[in-house]
Amino acid sequence: MFKTVDDVSARLAETGYLASPAVATTVFLADRLGKPLLVEGPAGVGKTELAKAVAEVAGARLVRLQCYEGVDESRALYEWNHAKQLLRISAGRDETWDETRTDIFSEEFLLTRPLLTAIRGDDPKVLLIDETDKADVEVEGLLLEVLSDFQVTVPELGTITATRRPFVVLTSNASRELSEALRRRCLFLHIGFPEEELERRIVRLKVPALDETLARSVVRVVGALRAMDLRKVPSVAETIDWARTLLALGADTLDETVVRATLGVLLKHQDDVLKATAKLDLDAL
Amino acid sequence: MTTAAGVAERLTSLVGALRAHGIRIGTGETVDAARAVEALGLADRELLREGLAATLLHGTGQRQVFDPVFDLYFPRGVGGPEQRAAGREDLRDRLAAALAADDQALLGRLAVEAVDGFGGYGSAPESDGWSSYQTLERLRPQTLLARVRDDVRGQGGSSGFADRLLEDEIRRRIETFRALVAAEARRRVAERRGRDEIARRAVAPTADQVDFLFAGKARLAELRRTVQPLARKLATRLAARRRRASRGAIDLRRTLRGSLSTGGVPMKPVLRRRRPARPELVLLCDVSGSVSGFSDFTMLLVQAVHDQFSKVRVFAFVNRIDEVTGLLRHGTADPEGLSARIQAEATLTGWHGSSDYGMALGEFAERYGDAVGPRTTVFVLGDARTNMSDPNLPAVRQIAERARRVYWLNPEQRSRWGTGDSAAPAYAELVEMHECRTARQLSALVGRLLPV
Repeated sequence: MFKTVDDVSARLAETGYLASPAVATTVFLADRLGKPLLVEGPAGVGKTELAKAVAEVAGARLVRLQCYEGVDESRALYEWNHAKQLLRISAGRDETWDETRTDIFSEEFLLTRPLLTAIRGDDPKVLLIDETDKADVEVEGLLLEVLSDFQVTVPELGTITATRRPFVVLTSNASRELSEALRRRCLFLHIGFPEEELERRIVRLKVPALDETLARSVVRVVGALRAMDLRKVPSVAETIDWARTLLALGADTLDETVVRATLGVLLKHQDDVLKATAKLDLDAL
Repeated sequence: MTTAAGVAERLTSLVGALRAHGIRIGTGETVDAARAVEALGLADRELLREGLAATLLHGTGQRQVFDPVFDLYFPRGVGGPEQRAAGREDLRDRLAAALAADDQALLGRLAVEAVDGFGGYGSAPESDGWSSYQTLERLRPQTLLARVRDDVRGQGGSSGFADRLLEDEIRRRIETFRALVAAEARRRVAERRGRDEIARRAVAPTADQVDFLFAGKARLAELRRTVQPLARKLATRLAARRRRASRGAIDLRRTLRGSLSTGGVPMKPVLRRRRPARPELVLLCDVSGSVSGFSDFTMLLVQAVHDQFSKVRVFAFVNRIDEVTGLLRHGTADPEGLSARIQAEATLTGWHGSSDYGMALGEFAERYGDAVGPRTTVFVLGDARTNMSDPNLPAVRQIAERARRVYWLNPEQRSRWGTGDSAAPAYAELVEMHECRTARQLSALVGRLLPV
């Protein structure tokens, strides 16, 4: 899919995703080695966006499995369409048992769920397994078979093996430690907060109308907030929100009043707001 | 090292060094790493670093072990720089310029020069060793702060609101430079004394493997930041255990009664329903200087999982005991100030300032005895070093008789229990004592010992 690491960065940038060298290298390797990519990092640094960008670059269809507590085989893998099967049985009353049986367990009555969808068919696909840590441990076991051999066994149909391996991205917020077995099958990528220069470019790309010097100040203030010991530090999504807010307010430069009025966009806890106000000297007018 | 065999050898010894730091890497991952090297080539060092990290590591915390080890096995260069540093003032000038411009690559080169020029000790001309401490002492990069600040302002690089952030930013840049100097000194030492030994000894372990008793201030701050995620993990683990515990055993009486409608054949087994237990927790924490890092961390951790229990009470002691539950509740907003606040607001010391377990435990049994009941699990946190005074075993026995369970978490190495003024073996006979030296051990113990 990609030729070099620079090729990855350039093509991701075309879709509006500015990748750090670490991200570009790991995506390149995931493609080359054909291994799933496990992405961890704080909320709002673009883990899910990465999968979308890769799908766009590769011209592939994005298949998404959103994990939550209680997601199970029938939500993740496949399910038989019971209602349709019943209709089929009552429609063909005078058939023999054998005919009916072979018929109702055929492709027509199979409802494919994301994991099965991703490994069937010849078109390129990107499989995004979002918030893997929210799913129960049992689902991890299910993923192991799919991710290591790219095959799924449906008892009535046999084993379905991928003819074309999808590019797999798993994301996790580390709310639960994923099992060692799952980690071993994946390439590991931690996306942290971007460096100042990269973040400035991201802000400029997402909010092009923002003044260059103002963008610089915005990123510097966010950087200073991240260095404080806050309950929830602002991430890239919040930086962009803040930049948009400032643009909407028509602020040309940052000053105490503007920052104090808009701090709520960046910080989501009252304690954090108080702490930041003190540290940034917003009270001293 | 340019031959294929050389690279393979280098790679396997890198893996060996990482394993020695407790990072579990299988053969499969090593093979993947080799394939990554093949795909990326050896031309770009930073690409190689990211590639190896992606294939070998499995978690975020492992990165800070990986980076220094990588620097040792795949160094930027060999030997010293081409030209010797001109002099201290010249180097400081160039360092100030690099700090003002925030030029990472230049800072890296300056670190190499600085260690070469000022870090060597022993007999000249070839040095016996290289010291980052000595380099930084002679160079004193922290004194450049005011100068760099004025430089940046003079060039108009910072103005308006963000100007107030400038000093902190420069401080962070100076920290980066110090880290670069440390890495460079490690590399030079490794060239002399063998890489494997330095990789094993001079690379700091991951935060959750640091001994509480020897952790520095920065390490403790780092640990405190892991409290919330760790607590969340523990809470899910406890909830899962509770879910499992609530099913399983068969309620015979109700199964048989249910079977009457099916002619005495038990078609539907009825499982025993557990009464929702309301476990209570009491923490007794030694907060005297030697073990306060450990106690702080544990207190914050327990406070963070407090919603799993009906009641959590926390007591702190040095040689007298006082309840600090309220302080701790407010303490979660400001974990750094916690120990200072406890020291200031609670009565912890009597006539002298050193810890006395016997006196504190006796006072607890006497004044707060009703805090412990048959549903209570008691955790005692401390090193059991009583400063030669009476360990007051009857008080411990009394607490142990009243409580459901009593556990003692000792941050000292097991082999040192009973040495000097430690009364650990005497206490260990009465209550279950566990060695708990690192955050990793603590989270495993807490997960296992906390009542469901």
